[in-house]
Amino acid sequence: MIAVRNLHKTYTRNGLGLKGISLTVKAGELFGLIGPDGAGKTTLFRILATLLLPDKGSASVCGLDVVKDWREIRTRVGYMPGRFSLYQDLSVKENLTFFATVFNTTLKENYELIRDIYVQIEPFKNRRAGKLSGGMKQKLALCCALIHRPDVLFLDEPTTGVDPVSRVEFWDMLHRLKKQGIAILVSTPYMDEASRCDRIALMRNGSCFTTGTPDMIRQSFKRPVYSIRSDKMYQLLGDIRSWTGAYSCYAFGDSHHLTLKDNAPDIANLETYLKGKGYTDVFIHPIEPSVEDCFMELGND
Amino acid sequence: MKALRYLLEKEFKQIKRDRFLPKIIFIMPVLQLVILPFAANFEMRNIYIGIVDNDHSVYSQRLTEKIISSGYFKLTDISSGYKEGLASIEKDRSDILIEIPADFEKDLGKEGKAQVLIAANAINGTKGGLGSSYLSTIIQDFNNECGYGVRMTGSITSKNLYNPHLNYKNYMVPGIMAFLLTLIGGFLSALNIVSEKEKGTIEQINVTPLSKSLFLLSKLIPFWIIGFILLTIGILIAWLIYGLIPAGSFGVIYLFAVIYLIAFTGFGLAISSISSNQQQAMFTVFFFTIIFALMSGLFTPVSSMPEWAQKLTLFNPLRYFIDVMRMVYLKGCRLSDLSVHFSVICLFAIFFNALAVIGYRKSN
Repeated sequence: MIAVRNLHKTYTRNGLGLKGISLTVKAGELFGLIGPDGAGKTTLFRILATLLLPDKGSASVCGLDVVKDWREIRTRVGYMPGRFSLYQDLSVKENLTFFATVFNTTLKENYELIRDIYVQIEPFKNRRAGKLSGGMKQKLALCCALIHRPDVLFLDEPTTGVDPVSRVEFWDMLHRLKKQGIAILVSTPYMDEASRCDRIALMRNGSCFTTGTPDMIRQSFKRPVYSIRSDKMYQLLGDIRSWTGAYSCYAFGDSHHLTLKDNAPDIANLETYLKGKGYTDVFIHPIEPSVEDCFMELGND
Repeated sequence: MKALRYLLEKEFKQIKRDRFLPKIIFIMPVLQLVILPFAANFEMRNIYIGIVDNDHSVYSQRLTEKIISSGYFKLTDISSGYKEGLASIEKDRSDILIEIPADFEKDLGKEGKAQVLIAANAINGTKGGLGSSYLSTIIQDFNNECGYGVRMTGSITSKNLYNPHLNYKNYMVPGIMAFLLTLIGGFLSALNIVSEKEKGTIEQINVTPLSKSLFLLSKLIPFWIIGFILLTIGILIAWLIYGLIPAGSFGVIYLFAVIYLIAFTGFGLAISSISSNQQQAMFTVFFFTIIFALMSGLFTPVSSMPEWAQKLTLFNPLRYFIDVMRMVYLKGCRLSDLSVHFSVICLFAIFFNALAVIGYRKSN
């Protein structure tokens, strides 16, 4: 449904943009773009949603070229920008009716598709969109993006700034939509959401490092990973990094993740090394690499 | 068409729901029309005058009395010499100074002529200028009465056509109505579109199959309608408060208003296409509107500007529209008398809207 080939776009102002991205998304696939701010995720969305022209390369959506057939593409895709961009001074219902009319359809016609989501915001249908909570806003925005039964859905960081419960709910909704055969391209800065995608692409600085299923990406990670905890976590990070066997070490929530060098000494060596530095309660155990580990690793190269 | 209807419905809902806008749209013009014509009055009264009388004679006394009884001047200072008199101007106690020389009566009697000195504070140029010309007229009069000085052989009298009592308000009100349409057309249309950019809602509209021109049209039509309502309110106020009824036809006024609104909403549109937030749009429109207003003849007549400035006013759409309003209101001009104005305003409408179209093409 989506095919991107060697896409380039440079912003002259800050040098950011896309530097040759290629990817494909099939119908009924939930594809995640994972990457930090400034990775080029939004730029890619804007090109695919025909809001921006690429400098080089080509992209097609539903088999239509994003430059030539932009008008046709607009009737076939749903786009939810990263920023809430519905009319805050119109009510929930008015927003839906408005976007339905703009797409030359009615709320009734495609009610089936959005019913699951709409019932959750229906109690507030006369409330102004600007007065909804963050999670509700996202649901309304998703409804508006779906109102014309698109074949492809672009969701630019739909869960940024949304509470954890609503985030889980939101991903559940995406899984239901996927079953209807809609191709979904979604971006997120949250690594934990990556595992909920069928396939993901890790992006940084306008390029795409690797593409594959989350499991494939995790399995491709060859170095052993250890989770380490102790008192004085901040100092610990620096001391682990200066240990001879450390390839890299990053803070991951309440523990540090350490990857080993190829010829690293036994991990027991680290424990004595840390104890020698005066740490108590040192807790080291091996873990499976997560997507985030892969991401940090890729950034290292 | 169905889409346009919905778009318009949305626009009016949004304007209505804005807590501030509907009030300001209707209160601002009423206030402007009620207050400005009284305030922007160029008839000078209450010019403060200082007198230096070195003669202390009957004649100098008579001249002083004559000046004061004219009603234009208020005696605020009597000084014993030119220096003190000037000091009172510097202290802003008086706007104008007249010095009567020591041998005023004697010279008048002996040689039939005498000199007086007038010094005016030109910080407020209008006051100074008008004050000294009023004063010369009074002195001229005084000469004639006494039978001295340069007797005028003929006399020039003027008759004020179209505004026989030189009522300044009759002149201001039609001009202010024209200015109001400028504000509505320029400011509101530019700000409205830019606010959609700023809030990001235009992004959501852009990914719909809705054509850009239809969307922009839905932004402009409400302001054409509001402009019309305001013009009507303005005409009513002019009639109720100032008893002013156009000598010409309403048809001509409304016809010009339509084209002028199209021109100025086009102007707002062009500005909105180059600005990315309301602050930029606001400042740009404000900058142009101030220039348009000051160079339009609204406050100061175009004919009293230096020649290069007069040439610049040719590129000012407001100048033409104010002209039209005054000519229709006071002189009763018909469309055939205003054909030049008509075509110029049409050209402005085409020019601004073309700019807007180009601006929006580029940003796409």
